[in-house]
Amino acid sequence: MAIKLTTYGNTVGLSRRFTVRLTRDCSAGTMNQPDMALVVPLARERADLTQYKSVAVVITDSSALFDRLAAAGIPTVRVQSTEEFREGHIVTVEPGSGFIRTIFRPESPHNTIFTTDRCNSNCIMCSQPPKEVDDSHLVEENIKMLSLIQTPPEYMGITGGEPTLLGPDLIRLLEATRDRLPNTHIHMLTNGRLYKDLAFVRRIADVQHPSFVSAIPLYADVAGVHDYIVQAHGAFDETVEGLYNAAEAGLAVEIRIVLHKQSIPRLKQLAEFIYWNFPFAGHVAFMGLENMGYVKKNWEDLWIDPVDYMDSLSQSIRYLYLRRMNVSIYNLQLCLLPQSLWSFARKSISDFKNEYLEVCSLCSVREYCCGLFLSQVNRHSKHIHTLNSA
Amino acid sequence: MTQEYLPPVTTYGLLPFRFMRLDRDAVLLTNDWGEFKIIGPDTFERFIHKQLNTTGTDYLDLRAKYFISDTRASDHLRVMASKYRTKKSFLEGFTKLHLFVVTLRCDHSCPYCQVSRQSEDKTRYDMTPEMAHRAVDLMLRVPARAVTCEFQGGEALLNFPLVQDIVLYATERNRLIGKLINFVICTNLSNLTDAHLLFFKEHNINISSSLDGPAFLHDHNRPCSRGSSHALVEHNLRRAQEALGQENVSVLMTTTKESLAYPKEIIDEYVRLNLGSIFLRSLSPYGFAAKTMKAIGYSSEEFVEFYKKELDYILELNRRGHSFVEGYATLILTKILTPFPNSYVDLQSPAGAGFSAVAYNYDGEVYASDEARMLAEMNDTSFRLGNVLDNSYEHIFFGERMQAIAAASCNEALAGCADCALQPYCGADPVYHYATQGDMFGNRASSGFCKKNMAIIRHIFELLRQGNSETEEIFWSWINQANREEMKLPKVPWLSN
Repeated sequence: MAIKLTTYGNTVGLSRRFTVRLTRDCSAGTMNQPDMALVVPLARERADLTQYKSVAVVITDSSALFDRLAAAGIPTVRVQSTEEFREGHIVTVEPGSGFIRTIFRPESPHNTIFTTDRCNSNCIMCSQPPKEVDDSHLVEENIKMLSLIQTPPEYMGITGGEPTLLGPDLIRLLEATRDRLPNTHIHMLTNGRLYKDLAFVRRIADVQHPSFVSAIPLYADVAGVHDYIVQAHGAFDETVEGLYNAAEAGLAVEIRIVLHKQSIPRLKQLAEFIYWNFPFAGHVAFMGLENMGYVKKNWEDLWIDPVDYMDSLSQSIRYLYLRRMNVSIYNLQLCLLPQSLWSFARKSISDFKNEYLEVCSLCSVREYCCGLFLSQVNRHSKHIHTLNSA
Repeated sequence: MTQEYLPPVTTYGLLPFRFMRLDRDAVLLTNDWGEFKIIGPDTFERFIHKQLNTTGTDYLDLRAKYFISDTRASDHLRVMASKYRTKKSFLEGFTKLHLFVVTLRCDHSCPYCQVSRQSEDKTRYDMTPEMAHRAVDLMLRVPARAVTCEFQGGEALLNFPLVQDIVLYATERNRLIGKLINFVICTNLSNLTDAHLLFFKEHNINISSSLDGPAFLHDHNRPCSRGSSHALVEHNLRRAQEALGQENVSVLMTTTKESLAYPKEIIDEYVRLNLGSIFLRSLSPYGFAAKTMKAIGYSSEEFVEFYKKELDYILELNRRGHSFVEGYATLILTKILTPFPNSYVDLQSPAGAGFSAVAYNYDGEVYASDEARMLAEMNDTSFRLGNVLDNSYEHIFFGERMQAIAAASCNEALAGCADCALQPYCGADPVYHYATQGDMFGNRASSGFCKKNMAIIRHIFELLRQGNSETEEIFWSWINQANREEMKLPKVPWLSN
């Protein structure tokens, strides 16, 4: 079941945007911290809260409590339901709009640091199209978020937009990540184009996070096709240069390929290109399409049923597997893959946007299957079907 | 909406490549780092006359493998340089294989060996500790982090005290230097004792022995004064494997005229003795007397025919489910199918002689290779680099002699090799060409080295072209030194049956 990570509420008394960790614990020791938000569900609206003035925000679904706290001058947000606001989650709260975004969940393997909406590419299948906005405040917010994490997660993504557009701020962010999450696997999604600057790559490497991987997309073995897919002249050459710079600086890299009508024709040749040019890549991920953002608009240009590219995918994976490269398939359902590829399929879809169809409910391998993106529920391969005891 | 990014290419340039017509339907293109593409003759004509459709698959394939450039060629330098550097990375660290000829004395009298002596005279044919120590000092001066110290003979175990002395001296001297030293002893195993095995075990010394086939063939090739060499090898091989572990004991096979008639029997014998691989080695045909040559020698063509039969039989074994590796094919496959080099010194460019290997002879003389010191036994010291007692590291490895050898060591710059499509998979061999043609550079038109290697490499290309996915799996299991099962796409653990 997909999980809701954003909501709107009514606010009172909020002077600025807050990044806070949630607690439901009303004991004084917990509450005396300005970086905490107290979550008070309806059932506890009668609790006397006036003494907890040092809390940043109170989040409640009780109208009565909201009115009392407003009268007392305590910053408060009233929401529809407090159910999703769990202990230890970290959220941002905007004054005025009352927009609340959950940016960290300690129990989830799918946390990411969202760095920016800006991007220097404009991929035809972008699930989250770039916006030309000034979101530089996100840097401090993310560093704050890192400082609030109590239970370091096993994995943490860094994503955007394009994180490397942060330039020196990215280095600061990575340093904070190193200091706060030294035992977490950090996985940064970048198009690698700004890695063409070796000095910049060396600064990233110099941060020396113990487990940092740059996941860089490469969509074709020739410039024309790759540049078309990312809608940027010269992107292929920059990314190739960037991959070499990463290797030279000692950064671990993963190569990512999104499977669609434009990338499929040269998929096998791309596998060859990766092996011959980037044998140092620690992981190669073949990824099914997410039906979000530009994908809806460019559907005709992009959609090819996975069943129709399965031969190319099988051959590409076998090519790399024989050569002892580490390969995965993301976002493709087991019923679309031949059994010989099942061991490469990962449960890759983040919990908050993961769904299964009705035909999945009786499927014998459902628990091993990545399922679908929420966005695919109404538009997906015609061949998704129930598998009976495989 | 989306923009078009396939630039309207009107012309393109050719990047450096070599080519060869494999047959009427196929032209092989290769580049400096060994990436290849096989295309039809019509496509080839259009390709070189710059008439390919620049949005077609052929064009894009050739571009992706760096046979074509449609931007400035310098745009590709980083990529090409990186691949070239990777393929030549066997040169990093300089000479890594150091052969110590601890004695020429031997209890075998194999006709294909030009150097061993049936003698009890230790003073005449044994290396002295002083020479050995100077040789160890030279070995520890090379920049490589890992070196191999290989004991040769004669029969190295006939001078076991010196082997022990060298191991202890090298280990002691290395304590401050901190290299990884791999010790290997080449021995016919005829006089292997428990004390030997104990010492090998204690100092991680690997054994490399010889087995030419079943008893009738092995004993024909390798007469021994102690009785049946085959019986001794079989018995002691097992002892060695038990004491040191199967992976630390290997055997080499040498092909004689007699061997040519028994391709299957040789492999069956290796299988019977539980040996997982063979390295099919041809004779080094230097300076045999005409009579000996007639008895054991053969032409390159005869060897190639034999080699193909062997390879076919080995592939058949593998198809029947018995994992068995052929070493020479494996190293050529690695050159063709991977961006990486291998460390085999006898098929390299620059040639291994002096660059990758060096031999310290029993009398302190330093030679560029094992074959070079054999040549010296026939009173030709053309490949003598110096003497451990008299000459410095610089003189030995960078002196005039070595420079003269180096000039003939790169097949990129040898007439007949420079424009051969198989150049990236082949090597140069100045010692061979000097010995057989009287000229280090050699003449490819009549070179047995060229005949043999071209035929074998072409044959392997043929197997690759005709092979199915099973052949591919077998070849990759060899390249990866892995079990055949590990080449099959893995099953998920949760799937029943």
